[in-house]
Amino acid sequence: MPTTMIGGRPIDVNDEGFLTDYAQWDEDLGKVLAGYAGVDELTDEHWKVIRFLRADFPARKETATLRRVASVGGFDMKNLFVLFPGKPAKKMSYIAGLPKPKGCV
Amino acid sequence: MTDNPIIPDFGGPKADAPKADKPKGAKAVAEAAPAASGEAKPRKMVFIASKGNLDMAYPALIMANAALGEGVETHIFFTFWGFDLVTERTMDHLKFSMLGNTAMHLPQVPKMPIPQLLGALPGVTAGTTLYMKKTLDKLEIPSVREMLDIIVASGGHLWGCKLSFDMNGLSEDDLYDGVEAVISATDFIELSEGAQVIFV
Repeated sequence: MPTTMIGGRPIDVNDEGFLTDYAQWDEDLGKVLAGYAGVDELTDEHWKVIRFLRADFPARKETATLRRVASVGGFDMKNLFVLFPGKPAKKMSYIAGLPKPKGCV
Repeated sequence: MTDNPIIPDFGGPKADAPKADKPKGAKAVAEAAPAASGEAKPRKMVFIASKGNLDMAYPALIMANAALGEGVETHIFFTFWGFDLVTERTMDHLKFSMLGNTAMHLPQVPKMPIPQLLGALPGVTAGTTLYMKKTLDKLEIPSVREMLDIIVASGGHLWGCKLSFDMNGLSEDDLYDGVEAVISATDFIELSEGAQVIFV
Protein backbone atom coordinates (compact mmCIF):
# COMPACT_ATOMS: atom_id res chain seq x y z
CA MET A 1 0.00 0.00 0.00
CA PRO A 2 1.48 3.36 -1.01
CA THR A 3 1.65 6.41 1.20
CA THR A 4 1.08 9.75 -0.43
CA MET A 5 1.31 13.39 0.67
CA ILE A 6 -2.10 15.05 0.82
CA GLY A 7 -2.68 18.39 2.49
CA GLY A 8 0.88 18.35 3.76
CA ARG A 9 0.66 15.03 5.58
CA PRO A 10 1.35 11.42 4.74
CA ILE A 11 -1.83 9.49 3.93
CA ASP A 12 -2.20 5.76 3.28
CA VAL A 13 -3.98 4.99 0.03
CA ASN A 14 -4.57 1.97 -2.19
CA ASP A 15 -3.12 1.67 -5.68
CA GLU A 16 -6.04 3.60 -7.11
CA GLY A 17 -5.69 6.42 -4.61
CA PHE A 18 -8.58 5.77 -2.23
CA LEU A 19 -7.77 6.27 1.46
CA THR A 20 -7.28 3.07 3.43
CA ASP A 21 -7.17 4.34 7.02
CA TYR A 22 -10.48 5.60 8.36
CA ALA A 23 -8.72 7.42 11.21
CA GLN A 24 -6.45 9.54 9.01
CA TRP A 25 -9.35 11.58 7.72
CA ASP A 26 -10.71 14.83 9.08
CA GLU A 27 -12.83 17.53 7.51
CA ASP A 28 -9.83 19.66 6.54
CA LEU A 29 -8.46 16.72 4.60
CA GLY A 30 -11.92 16.24 3.05
CA LYS A 31 -11.68 19.75 1.61
CA VAL A 32 -8.36 18.95 -0.04
CA LEU A 33 -9.71 15.64 -1.39
CA ALA A 34 -12.74 17.45 -2.79
CA GLY A 35 -10.44 19.66 -4.83
CA TYR A 36 -8.72 16.59 -6.27
CA ALA A 37 -12.11 15.05 -7.12
CA GLY A 38 -13.12 18.17 -9.01
CA VAL A 39 -15.64 19.36 -6.42
CA ASP A 40 -14.48 22.91 -5.86
CA GLU A 41 -16.67 23.95 -2.99
CA LEU A 42 -18.17 21.80 -0.26
CA THR A 43 -21.54 23.21 0.74
CA ASP A 44 -23.67 22.15 3.70
CA GLU A 45 -25.44 19.72 1.40
CA HIS A 46 -22.13 18.10 0.47
CA TRP A 47 -21.17 17.81 4.11
CA LYS A 48 -24.45 16.13 5.03
CA VAL A 49 -23.75 13.39 2.50
CA ILE A 50 -20.12 13.05 3.56
CA ARG A 51 -21.05 12.84 7.24
CA PHE A 52 -23.66 10.20 6.44
CA LEU A 53 -21.05 8.12 4.61
CA ARG A 54 -18.58 8.49 7.50
CA ALA A 55 -21.22 7.51 10.05
CA ASP A 56 -22.49 4.57 7.98
CA PHE A 57 -19.11 2.99 7.35
CA PRO A 58 -17.74 1.74 10.71
CA ALA A 59 -20.52 -0.76 11.47
CA ARG A 60 -20.71 -2.21 7.96
CA LYS A 61 -17.02 -1.94 7.03
CA GLU A 62 -18.26 -1.12 3.56
CA THR A 63 -18.96 2.18 1.88
CA ALA A 64 -22.60 2.93 1.18
CA THR A 65 -23.55 2.64 -2.47
CA LEU A 66 -25.33 5.48 -4.19
CA ARG A 67 -28.61 3.67 -3.68
CA ARG A 68 -27.99 3.26 0.04
CA VAL A 69 -27.11 6.94 0.38
CA ALA A 70 -30.44 7.74 -1.25
CA SER A 71 -32.63 5.12 0.43
CA VAL A 72 -31.09 4.97 3.93
CA GLY A 73 -29.56 8.45 4.09
CA GLY A 74 -32.70 9.98 2.62
CA PHE A 75 -30.89 12.04 -0.01
CA ASP A 76 -32.41 12.83 -3.38
CA MET A 77 -30.73 10.79 -6.12
CA LYS A 78 -30.94 13.56 -8.70
CA ASN A 79 -29.31 15.98 -6.31
CA LEU A 80 -26.46 13.56 -5.59
CA PHE A 81 -25.59 13.70 -9.30
CA VAL A 82 -25.63 17.51 -9.08
CA LEU A 83 -23.50 17.67 -5.93
CA PHE A 84 -20.92 15.15 -7.12
CA PRO A 85 -21.17 15.33 -10.91
CA GLY A 86 -19.89 12.60 -13.22
CA LYS A 87 -18.98 9.74 -10.92
CA PRO A 88 -20.95 10.49 -7.76
CA ALA A 89 -20.33 7.28 -5.81
CA LYS A 90 -16.58 7.39 -6.35
CA LYS A 91 -16.30 11.11 -5.68
CA MET A 92 -18.28 11.11 -2.46
CA SER A 93 -16.50 8.09 -1.02
CA TYR A 94 -13.10 9.55 -1.94
CA ILE A 95 -13.87 12.89 -0.33
CA ALA A 96 -15.15 11.07 2.77
CA GLY A 97 -11.86 9.17 2.98
CA LEU A 98 -13.48 5.78 2.40
CA PRO A 99 -12.91 2.96 -0.11
CA LYS A 100 -15.04 3.05 -3.23
CA PRO A 101 -18.32 1.14 -2.82
CA LYS A 102 -18.29 -2.56 -3.70
CA GLY A 103 -22.00 -3.21 -4.07
CA CYS A 104 -23.55 -3.56 -7.54
CA VAL A 105 -26.61 -1.49 -6.74
CA MET B 1 6.47 7.51 -0.22
CA THR B 2 5.63 9.44 -3.37
CA ASP B 3 5.62 13.23 -3.47
CA ASN B 4 2.77 13.54 -5.99
CA PRO B 5 -0.55 12.48 -4.57
CA ILE B 6 -2.07 9.33 -6.03
CA ILE B 7 -5.56 10.34 -7.11
CA PRO B 8 -8.29 8.06 -8.49
CA ASP B 9 -9.51 8.67 -12.02
CA PHE B 10 -12.69 10.72 -11.77
CA GLY B 11 -12.92 11.24 -15.52
CA GLY B 12 -12.83 14.68 -17.06
CA PRO B 13 -9.97 17.10 -16.62
CA LYS B 14 -7.83 16.47 -13.59
CA ALA B 15 -8.00 18.87 -10.67
CA ASP B 16 -5.07 21.14 -9.97
CA ALA B 17 -3.08 18.39 -8.31
CA PRO B 18 0.63 18.63 -8.98
CA LYS B 19 1.53 16.13 -11.66
CA ALA B 20 4.62 14.07 -12.13
CA ASP B 21 6.59 14.49 -15.34
CA LYS B 22 5.34 12.09 -17.98
CA PRO B 23 7.38 8.93 -18.07
CA LYS B 24 9.63 8.57 -21.10
CA GLY B 25 9.27 5.84 -23.69
CA ALA B 26 6.40 3.97 -25.31
CA LYS B 27 4.03 4.47 -22.38
CA ALA B 28 4.48 8.23 -22.56
CA VAL B 29 3.61 8.21 -26.26
CA ALA B 30 0.50 6.12 -25.64
CA GLU B 31 -0.62 8.49 -22.89
CA ALA B 32 0.03 11.57 -24.97
CA ALA B 33 -1.84 10.26 -28.03
CA PRO B 34 -5.42 10.93 -26.89
CA ALA B 35 -4.49 14.44 -25.82
CA ALA B 36 -3.02 15.16 -29.24
CA SER B 37 -6.25 14.17 -30.98
CA GLY B 38 -8.33 16.34 -28.67
CA GLU B 39 -10.52 15.29 -25.76
CA ALA B 40 -11.58 11.66 -25.78
CA LYS B 41 -15.28 11.27 -26.64
CA PRO B 42 -17.50 10.80 -23.59
CA ARG B 43 -18.65 7.21 -23.20
CA LYS B 44 -22.19 6.25 -24.16
CA MET B 45 -23.95 2.93 -23.60
CA VAL B 46 -27.20 1.52 -24.92
CA PHE B 47 -28.75 -1.59 -23.41
CA ILE B 48 -31.33 -3.56 -25.33
CA ALA B 49 -33.66 -5.28 -22.86
CA SER B 50 -35.36 -8.03 -24.88
CA LYS B 51 -36.52 -10.45 -22.20
CA GLY B 52 -39.40 -10.28 -19.77
CA ASN B 53 -38.44 -12.95 -17.24
CA LEU B 54 -37.73 -11.71 -13.73
CA ASP B 55 -34.19 -13.08 -13.83
CA MET B 56 -33.42 -11.54 -17.21
CA ALA B 57 -34.88 -8.16 -16.27
CA TYR B 58 -32.02 -7.39 -13.93
CA PRO B 59 -28.82 -7.58 -16.02
CA ALA B 60 -29.65 -4.53 -18.15
CA LEU B 61 -31.06 -2.59 -15.20
CA ILE B 62 -28.09 -3.23 -12.93
CA MET B 63 -25.51 -2.49 -15.61
CA ALA B 64 -27.35 0.64 -16.73
CA ASN B 65 -27.47 1.85 -13.14
CA ALA B 66 -23.75 1.18 -12.75
CA ALA B 67 -22.99 3.00 -16.01
CA LEU B 68 -24.88 6.07 -14.80
CA GLY B 69 -22.89 6.04 -11.57
CA GLU B 70 -19.75 6.17 -13.70
CA GLY B 71 -20.94 9.25 -15.53
CA VAL B 72 -21.77 7.37 -18.75
CA GLU B 73 -24.65 8.55 -20.94
CA THR B 74 -27.05 5.61 -20.64
CA HIS B 75 -30.07 4.46 -22.62
CA ILE B 76 -32.23 1.34 -22.35
CA PHE B 77 -34.33 0.17 -25.31
CA PHE B 78 -37.15 -2.16 -24.32
CA THR B 79 -38.17 -4.53 -27.07
CA PHE B 80 -40.26 -7.69 -27.45
CA TRP B 81 -40.74 -9.39 -24.09
CA GLY B 82 -38.46 -6.80 -22.56
CA PHE B 83 -41.34 -4.38 -23.09
CA ASP B 84 -43.03 -6.04 -20.11
CA LEU B 85 -40.49 -4.27 -17.89
CA VAL B 86 -42.01 -0.90 -18.72
CA THR B 87 -45.66 -1.96 -19.13
CA GLU B 88 -47.66 -1.00 -16.04
CA ARG B 89 -49.79 -4.14 -15.92
CA THR B 90 -46.83 -6.55 -16.14
CA MET B 91 -43.77 -4.83 -14.64
CA ASP B 92 -44.55 -5.73 -11.02
CA HIS B 93 -45.47 -9.33 -11.87
CA LEU B 94 -42.49 -10.66 -13.83
CA LYS B 95 -41.89 -14.36 -13.26
CA PHE B 96 -38.94 -16.64 -12.95
CA SER B 97 -39.46 -20.10 -14.42
CA MET B 98 -37.04 -22.99 -14.26
CA LEU B 99 -38.47 -24.37 -17.52
CA GLY B 100 -36.01 -24.39 -20.38
CA ASN B 101 -33.21 -23.31 -18.10
CA THR B 102 -30.63 -26.10 -18.22
CA ALA B 103 -28.43 -24.23 -15.75
CA MET B 104 -31.15 -24.47 -13.13
CA HIS B 105 -29.91 -25.48 -9.71
CA LEU B 106 -30.55 -24.50 -6.12
CA PRO B 107 -28.09 -21.81 -5.06
CA GLN B 108 -27.12 -23.70 -1.91
CA VAL B 109 -27.26 -27.25 -3.31
CA PRO B 110 -25.81 -26.96 -6.81
CA LYS B 111 -25.40 -30.71 -7.29
CA MET B 112 -28.97 -31.74 -6.58
CA PRO B 113 -30.62 -32.62 -9.91
CA ILE B 114 -33.86 -30.81 -10.71
CA PRO B 115 -35.92 -32.50 -13.44
CA GLN B 116 -37.14 -30.03 -16.07
CA LEU B 117 -40.64 -31.51 -15.91
CA LEU B 118 -40.97 -30.32 -12.34
CA GLY B 119 -41.09 -26.78 -13.67
CA ALA B 120 -44.25 -27.57 -15.60
CA LEU B 121 -46.24 -28.40 -12.48
CA PRO B 122 -48.83 -25.86 -11.39
CA GLY B 123 -47.53 -23.52 -8.74
CA VAL B 124 -43.84 -24.21 -9.31
CA THR B 125 -43.24 -20.97 -11.24
CA ALA B 126 -45.01 -19.03 -8.49
CA GLY B 127 -42.70 -20.71 -5.98
CA THR B 128 -39.48 -20.11 -7.90
CA THR B 129 -40.53 -16.49 -8.50
CA LEU B 130 -41.19 -15.93 -4.82
CA TYR B 131 -37.88 -17.53 -3.91
CA MET B 132 -35.95 -15.33 -6.33
CA LYS B 133 -37.70 -12.20 -5.08
CA LYS B 134 -36.80 -13.11 -1.50
CA THR B 135 -33.18 -13.73 -2.45
CA LEU B 136 -32.95 -10.38 -4.24
CA ASP B 137 -34.61 -8.71 -1.27
CA LYS B 138 -32.09 -10.18 1.13
CA LEU B 139 -29.31 -8.64 -0.98
CA GLU B 140 -31.19 -5.33 -0.90
CA ILE B 141 -31.69 -5.36 -4.66
CA PRO B 142 -34.63 -3.11 -5.48
CA SER B 143 -37.68 -4.29 -7.41
CA VAL B 144 -37.81 -3.76 -11.18
CA ARG B 145 -39.97 -0.66 -10.71
CA GLU B 146 -37.63 0.79 -8.09
CA MET B 147 -34.60 0.07 -10.29
CA LEU B 148 -36.26 1.98 -13.12
CA ASP B 149 -37.10 4.85 -10.75
CA ILE B 150 -33.45 5.01 -9.70
CA ILE B 151 -32.24 4.88 -13.31
CA VAL B 152 -34.55 7.71 -14.35
CA ALA B 153 -33.59 9.80 -11.31
CA SER B 154 -29.93 9.22 -12.19
CA GLY B 155 -30.45 10.65 -15.66
CA GLY B 156 -30.93 7.42 -17.65
CA HIS B 157 -33.12 7.37 -20.75
CA LEU B 158 -35.80 4.73 -21.36
CA TRP B 159 -37.19 3.97 -24.82
CA GLY B 160 -39.94 1.63 -25.96
CA CYS B 161 -39.89 -0.32 -29.21
CA LYS B 162 -42.62 0.69 -31.64
CA LEU B 163 -43.23 -2.78 -33.04
CA SER B 164 -43.56 -4.35 -29.57
CA PHE B 165 -45.86 -1.51 -28.54
CA ASP B 166 -48.11 -2.22 -31.54
CA MET B 167 -47.95 -6.00 -31.19
CA ASN B 168 -49.03 -5.77 -27.55
CA GLY B 169 -51.88 -3.43 -28.51
CA LEU B 170 -50.75 -0.85 -25.95
CA SER B 171 -51.52 2.83 -25.54
CA GLU B 172 -49.32 5.50 -23.94
CA ASP B 173 -51.29 5.15 -20.69
CA ASP B 174 -50.12 1.55 -20.36
CA LEU B 175 -46.48 2.60 -20.12
CA TYR B 176 -44.32 3.24 -17.09
CA ASP B 177 -43.95 7.00 -16.67
CA GLY B 178 -40.20 7.06 -17.13
CA VAL B 179 -40.38 5.94 -20.78
CA GLU B 180 -39.48 8.99 -22.85
CA ALA B 181 -40.96 7.80 -26.13
CA VAL B 182 -41.87 4.78 -28.23
CA ILE B 183 -39.42 4.76 -31.11
CA SER B 184 -38.87 2.89 -34.35
CA ALA B 185 -35.95 0.67 -35.30
CA THR B 186 -34.55 3.52 -37.39
CA ASP B 187 -34.75 5.89 -34.42
CA PHE B 188 -32.90 3.32 -32.38
CA ILE B 189 -30.10 3.07 -34.93
CA GLU B 190 -29.73 6.84 -34.84
CA LEU B 191 -29.88 6.91 -31.06
CA SER B 192 -27.15 4.29 -30.69
CA GLU B 193 -24.63 6.05 -32.90
CA GLY B 194 -21.26 6.04 -31.22
CA ALA B 195 -22.56 3.99 -28.29
CA GLN B 196 -21.52 0.65 -26.90
CA VAL B 197 -24.58 -1.50 -27.48
CA ILE B 198 -25.29 -4.39 -25.14
CA PHE B 199 -28.03 -6.86 -25.97
CA VAL B 200 -29.66 -8.58 -23.02
